[in-house]
Amino acid sequence: MSTTSPVASFYNDHSRTMIDWLKSWFLTIDHKRIAILYLITINIFFLLGGAAATVLRAELVTPQADLVQSDTYNKLFTLHGVIMIFFFLVPSIPAVLGNFLLPLMLGAKDLAFPRLNLLSWYVFFIGGLFALAATSLGGVDTGWTFYTPYSSTYANSNVILTATGIFIMGFSSILTGINFIVTIHKMRAPGLTWFRLPLFVWANYATSIIQVLATPVLGVSIALVAVERLLGVGIFDPALGGDPLLFQHLFWFYSHPAVYIMILPAMGVISELISCYSRKRVFGYEFIALSSIAIAVIGFFVWGHHMFVSSQSVYSGLVFSFLSYLVAIPSAIKVFNWTATLYKGSISYSTPMLYAMGFMGVFVIGGLTGLFLAASALDVHVHDTYFVVAHFHYIMVGGAIMAYLGGLHYWWPKITGRLYSEIWGRLSALIIFVGFNLTFFPQFFLGYLGMPRRYHVYPEEFQVLHVLSSAGSTILGIGYMIPIIYLLVSLRYGEIAKSNPWRAKGLEWQTTSPPPTENFEHTPIVTEEAYAYPPEEPERDAASYRPGSPL
Amino acid sequence: MWGFPLFPEQASTVAGQIDLLYFALVGLSLIFAGILPFVVLYLIVRYHRSMKADRSNPINSSLKLELTWSIIPFILSMGVFFWSTFLFFQINADPDDPLEIYVIGKQWMWHLQHPNGKRENNELHVPVGQPIKLIMTSQDVIHSFYIPAFRLKKDVVPGRYTTMWFEPTKTGEYHLFCAEYCGTEHSAMIGRVVVLPLPDYQRWLTTEEPAILPDGSTISTGVSSDSGGSMAEIGAQVFQQQGCVSCHRTDSAARAPVLNNIFGKPTSLASGETLTVDEEYLRESILRPQAKITVGYGPIMPTFEGQLTEDQVLQLIAYIKSLSDVDANEENQ
Amino acid sequence: MTQHHTALAHHFDTPEQQKEAATLGMWLFLATEIMLFGGIFMGYIVYRWAYPEVFSAGSHHLNLALGTVNTLILLCSSLTVALAVHAAEEGKRRVIVNLLLATIVLGAVFLGIKGVEYYQKFAECWAPASEECLVPGRSFFYPTETTHTEGAASAESPVSEAAVHSETASRPYQIFFLLYFIATGLHAFHMVVGISLMGVIVWMANRGRFSAEYYTPVEMSGLYWHLIDIIWVFLFPLFYLIH
Repeated sequence: MSTTSPVASFYNDHSRTMIDWLKSWFLTIDHKRIAILYLITINIFFLLGGAAATVLRAELVTPQADLVQSDTYNKLFTLHGVIMIFFFLVPSIPAVLGNFLLPLMLGAKDLAFPRLNLLSWYVFFIGGLFALAATSLGGVDTGWTFYTPYSSTYANSNVILTATGIFIMGFSSILTGINFIVTIHKMRAPGLTWFRLPLFVWANYATSIIQVLATPVLGVSIALVAVERLLGVGIFDPALGGDPLLFQHLFWFYSHPAVYIMILPAMGVISELISCYSRKRVFGYEFIALSSIAIAVIGFFVWGHHMFVSSQSVYSGLVFSFLSYLVAIPSAIKVFNWTATLYKGSISYSTPMLYAMGFMGVFVIGGLTGLFLAASALDVHVHDTYFVVAHFHYIMVGGAIMAYLGGLHYWWPKITGRLYSEIWGRLSALIIFVGFNLTFFPQFFLGYLGMPRRYHVYPEEFQVLHVLSSAGSTILGIGYMIPIIYLLVSLRYGEIAKSNPWRAKGLEWQTTSPPPTENFEHTPIVTEEAYAYPPEEPERDAASYRPGSPL
Repeated sequence: MWGFPLFPEQASTVAGQIDLLYFALVGLSLIFAGILPFVVLYLIVRYHRSMKADRSNPINSSLKLELTWSIIPFILSMGVFFWSTFLFFQINADPDDPLEIYVIGKQWMWHLQHPNGKRENNELHVPVGQPIKLIMTSQDVIHSFYIPAFRLKKDVVPGRYTTMWFEPTKTGEYHLFCAEYCGTEHSAMIGRVVVLPLPDYQRWLTTEEPAILPDGSTISTGVSSDSGGSMAEIGAQVFQQQGCVSCHRTDSAARAPVLNNIFGKPTSLASGETLTVDEEYLRESILRPQAKITVGYGPIMPTFEGQLTEDQVLQLIAYIKSLSDVDANEENQ
Repeated sequence: MTQHHTALAHHFDTPEQQKEAATLGMWLFLATEIMLFGGIFMGYIVYRWAYPEVFSAGSHHLNLALGTVNTLILLCSSLTVALAVHAAEEGKRRVIVNLLLATIVLGAVFLGIKGVEYYQKFAECWAPASEECLVPGRSFFYPTETTHTEGAASAESPVSEAAVHSETASRPYQIFFLLYFIATGLHAFHMVVGISLMGVIVWMANRGRFSAEYYTPVEMSGLYWHLIDIIWVFLFPLFYLIH
């Protein structure tokens, strides 16, 4: 492991003029540079979605409408949902971490289709511009779910523009998915068999399957809404002979698997983190790997659990409820395997590990409350209440974003070549964990009390819990700001990172930090399984501990 | 508890059962969410790199363990699944002889009509201890009729009827919410459910109050005398005015099926199918008569889609139902 | 050993790897296309199940003769594409160019006929005293009385007369024609893309870019062409042949 490498990193540019420099970034076909483009773009979207959430939480402090009126409130929660789901969470881990790491983990020089990869970023960016244009031209107020016939006939806001944005963004998702699947199939280094792949790769593989197969259906359903608005024809409007529930079926056929697009890569990240900071091979590798695939496959057949009270037949309710319980099992398997990995490990409390532990706590609650919602009779009561809001924020914010942050910290030295401040890192991980739980745990109580979602005016007896939730969101907001600051600071003042600062396994750590343009000087040859920490490694690691060495 | 509620009131027969399922799930969750984090905490402290511990012979996989933690959660979740599905079927099965109340949702108001013709807005008065069935539709977008104290909700979908039943167990006032986002004033589409003792309910039924009709116009009293009688009586008038009676008649000039005593009974269609006459079927036969033709009759009925308001369709259905009730009673006597 | 090959991208090790990657990528893309049309087919199934009589009546208003001709043309074009791919395997440049030009011509004829069909539907709407307008939209009008009521009751009852002529009577019909226009329109869009693609391949073949060792683009665009052909083979009976 050499600290200084003669190899130039992918940041090195030979451009002499500004134009050259711009070209070297905006016309790059290097997956690492494209990942950086994605990183910057989606974080801007995250801040935007977060700003909307801040106003929402502030408004909900009082039971009356005093900060914003109903119309603005509706537009804000739609903005929050559309931005966070389609323009942050769906691309977050795959398009940033996946894009950067997949070829590195596979020992490849690039993704299979580098130009498609660049195209996918442009498509994403243009889709985002459409969504932003819709917002600046007055916003859209249908909710991110676009339920018909409200969205198709009754709403007076920029539905078509937003729908176009999401439609376009869908192509970006599809292109990334195709690229990943082909790369994983065809570009693995010699000796890297399927069951030697890192679990992060398995998770992204499962995610890509969903992206490729489900996104077109979202495209069709949302395009049909736009056509219906444009032409005034009634494909979803019952007044014109259409069926409003058909939209819900098509929409959830994508949007339920979309949840797994967000959480599967997060699970992949957590497997990497726990293994590294326990200095052990992950427990039950095959079970974690295959459970990702199982989730992706079963996840296609559970969409109807969003429609238990929509007047679909009780028998569909039965089937969808059953399948929803089935899809919970692979998630449980993962959690148990992660826990077992800790046993007899040598554990350190580094920032990424704290995020991983936070993820586990939060994900367990999010997953278990999912069982409440899958119980059709109970869902009759809590459907469309804050119980649902709390549940999916536990999965998406608590789960996906914590894993995203954990992964970002873990691979930050690899991506930027710098180390971040460990103290600030741990502090922010703790603040985010506390703030998150304070924000969303009270919402379970609100939901069971019957507080419907998407209400900005509510009965007074709910106020205490709402104030608690808003207070928590302030802490959460601060928690998100801290990493932005110290990570940016580290770019200039951070310690120079070695190739493998965490002494982790995996091909990505065998190359320099940051890697050269072609990733590896020589194509690596893989001779061992993933996470091949020697059996005596935990013992050795613990023995080497001295007071004052990193926790 | 601390001046604000943490648990909703139970005011219907199913509320207790749903809460029981809820608590069972909370208990089950505590086994996992209450124990697992402590196991994790114990492990990360016990095996922290600064701790002396036996780290020899770590295991990386165990089929036995994997099976254990797959099968036990599976069995538990199947238990919950059967319990909840059983309850779900129970919630969705119609009760015997319910009091039927008709609900129309529109942006952003609930309009309710009782069988005797009494109308009300954003309030639902019901007698305690009686099964009540709501027959609901929407004039515009999808709404959802939600009464947290009863633990029940059902989407109210335009172009079709959805039904929901409950039996209040406690007099009092409860929240009524629209749970499905329906536009600008979604959060103002709220009201209350007033559960009264039966005599009070009957008194209320004949009290005069102004009400807003689903078309937006106001009537000075929400009671039958002003609006022309019970729902069935108004339905009979609509039946006359629309000319239905010229074909649907009992004498030899009839060109269409006689409507007496058909509701709730099976009927044969020209396509060879048999189905039970319910609200949804009557609605379709009024609005799109060509869809299902009764065997022995020609497809000659014109469509009434766009000709009748949702209100009038409900009144016609109430009228047709009343024809069946009368006959049934006569047969019994 | 592989360095001599100009078509090998920097990040692949061997031409075989590159070709396999391209093929797998193409198949995945085709899967997304199938899901895209799958959404529309889902809508078709739901509404056909709800309004069977409307769909079978609406089907009579499509030009079966032109549809049949178009189906035959498209099947021929698939044959020329398959032969072109075969020629590419053998490295016969002239044959590829000629067969693909034939494909382009057949595709253009298909689009021309489709255009005629569309034009007929639009012309009915534009005519001043039109009896029907089958283009979904605000002026949509479907002549119901000729197909259904046969005048049995309408003459006697004024109510029924009014109802039959009301615009609302034709609403479910609109859904059939909407699905027809969306599905065939989306298909036609894919045809335009396919023809452009074939144009590029012809140009590349003419410049001698392909050889018996490297003809992946020919094969990939061939796959794409077969897919749009297959989609049409499903669309045709679903819209033209319901009786």
